[in-house]
Amino acid sequence: MVAGGVTKFAKAHPAMDFRLMVKRAYDYALKDVPNLTSDRIDGSRISYFSDHFTRQLKAASMVQDYLGLNPKGSVRIEWGGATGGECFQAAYEAVASGRMDVCLAAGFETMSRVATWKGNEFIALASDTNFDFPLGGFYTGYYALMVVRHIYEYLRLRKFADVKDEREAQRLAIAEGSRIMAKVSVKNHLNALHNPYAQYPKRLTVDDVLHSEMISYPLTREQICTMSDGAAVAVLCTEERAKELTDRPVRITGVGCGTDTMRLADRPFGSVPLLPHERARDYEDLPYPGIHSFRAGRSAGIEAYRMAGITKPAEELDFIELHDAYASSEIQTYEDLGLCKYGEGYDFVERGDPFLKEIDYGFPTPKAGAIPVNPSGGLIACGHPVGATGLMQGVFAFWQLQGTIPKHFRDPALQLDRPRRGAIHSHAGTGSSVTVSVLERGFR
Amino acid sequence: MSVRPPTFVKFRDVQAELERSGAAIFRDADGVESLVIRNPYAISYIHSYAEDTPFFLGLTEGRLRGSKCRKPKCGFVYATPRSHCMVCGAPTEWIDLPTRGRVHSFTTCHFGSEAFLKETPYNLAMVEFDGVGSLLLVRLKDCVESDLYVGMPVEARFDPNPKYSITDVWFVPARPSH
Repeated sequence: MVAGGVTKFAKAHPAMDFRLMVKRAYDYALKDVPNLTSDRIDGSRISYFSDHFTRQLKAASMVQDYLGLNPKGSVRIEWGGATGGECFQAAYEAVASGRMDVCLAAGFETMSRVATWKGNEFIALASDTNFDFPLGGFYTGYYALMVVRHIYEYLRLRKFADVKDEREAQRLAIAEGSRIMAKVSVKNHLNALHNPYAQYPKRLTVDDVLHSEMISYPLTREQICTMSDGAAVAVLCTEERAKELTDRPVRITGVGCGTDTMRLADRPFGSVPLLPHERARDYEDLPYPGIHSFRAGRSAGIEAYRMAGITKPAEELDFIELHDAYASSEIQTYEDLGLCKYGEGYDFVERGDPFLKEIDYGFPTPKAGAIPVNPSGGLIACGHPVGATGLMQGVFAFWQLQGTIPKHFRDPALQLDRPRRGAIHSHAGTGSSVTVSVLERGFR
Repeated sequence: MSVRPPTFVKFRDVQAELERSGAAIFRDADGVESLVIRNPYAISYIHSYAEDTPFFLGLTEGRLRGSKCRKPKCGFVYATPRSHCMVCGAPTEWIDLPTRGRVHSFTTCHFGSEAFLKETPYNLAMVEFDGVGSLLLVRLKDCVESDLYVGMPVEARFDPNPKYSITDVWFVPARPSH
């Protein structure tokens, strides 16, 4: 990867249509690498999630057109919430296969074109329309079902195992889980105060998060990402071209993708596919994935780590930008990606591992800096213009590894100390498809 | 003579104006003006339940039907029917599910898609059945958020005036069995 660009994510960009948003991000990326002119780009992969939002079919062709890239090759990528991450990997494949020397990955979404609850309806059409959608058509509801079970498995049955009264035990477990999820929301919103691209940077307390409006029990408004307008681009190329274009390239050393059943109801109760640092006896009594974990995320992690030669992810990754559409799914994803074992996600937050060392979150984070997760602010604070989101993560990870966060954010606070390797993680509805890509600093 | 739609600096005011007159101008902080119009879009789809049809017709007879893999070595039982087994790929056969089960997970939705906002708050539950390998997502009625817990016994109810939708079945807290 040699260049990236992001438009500020916002509730609405009525003065920019999707073409202009992409163009702004594209121009920013090209300006960052003066040797990279559009005639050196061999083609593109362009992503957006929903034709319902654009009400313009072949919107990807209109982007290709607007950028002046005709008659070069281009393909539209769509893979639900993982659309952006999939686009990143499609561009990677275009280069790795030898088909292109330089490939543009560009993504966008314009979700402001309809009212929020209509937008939720469009998104929920990505759930089974025979069995799931007619019950309420609401993804927050589906994720709430997942986290209630996650809390049951790991807090009720473990931390509150001694409480005799079943309903009291579950009440305590959900209160505990909610409190810890709120810390994730505080972290991401607070990190984003230093990210000028973020939609909702703000200083919150755990209580603010818990007392914000209940959307789908136990998930409150501040634990859920929002609808956004935005675009992001990444320029990927061969190693040879990279050396010509920049002295700070970033190498993509691992790509992985996993899938799972569209319906939560169909998720099996089997055994955990293990990462190298795990043993079968760690999970002897754990029915997996059930509805508590994202098997697709685990699969994507296994594939990407194997390719990148990672055997102890928590030690060998310096940061992760992951798909925190919900505070709950950030915690579930720590476990899928092996940052901690299944069942340890809540303790992982309590210990402070995913927090930044230099930021005061208003509660103790003793192990802060161990492996910063969503240093940019993630989806919860940056916004989630679906087709752009996975590429936004790619751009933020790229800038981290380049050491250019201070320049692009005009604020040094979020720049990690010379990170060598990071990962990005993009996730579609209830974990039905997930991508993980590993990026490494490609210069000394 | 020039006819210009009214100008707004807050986007939500633009939306209100669109409802009223169909056109508005949005002026952003940089003074850039964008003409915004309203584009209604309604459509009726012909939605076939296809291979899932017996499930939905079963609901109209007060029957809850799952499916079971025909391959004896596999025999996976589905609460949400699949016409072919996801484990081994063999065809399945229709079976009657128990009408009593337990809550595997639950939530109360205080919001929803536009189409369902008027029904909020509503409860969703994943229901597990003895001897069945997968779950069923349903609405849970006659109870409120604070009543719900994992493991709660529940039983099916059927709409006497079916709408030919998954909402023709819902679950309620089970009466104690004797």
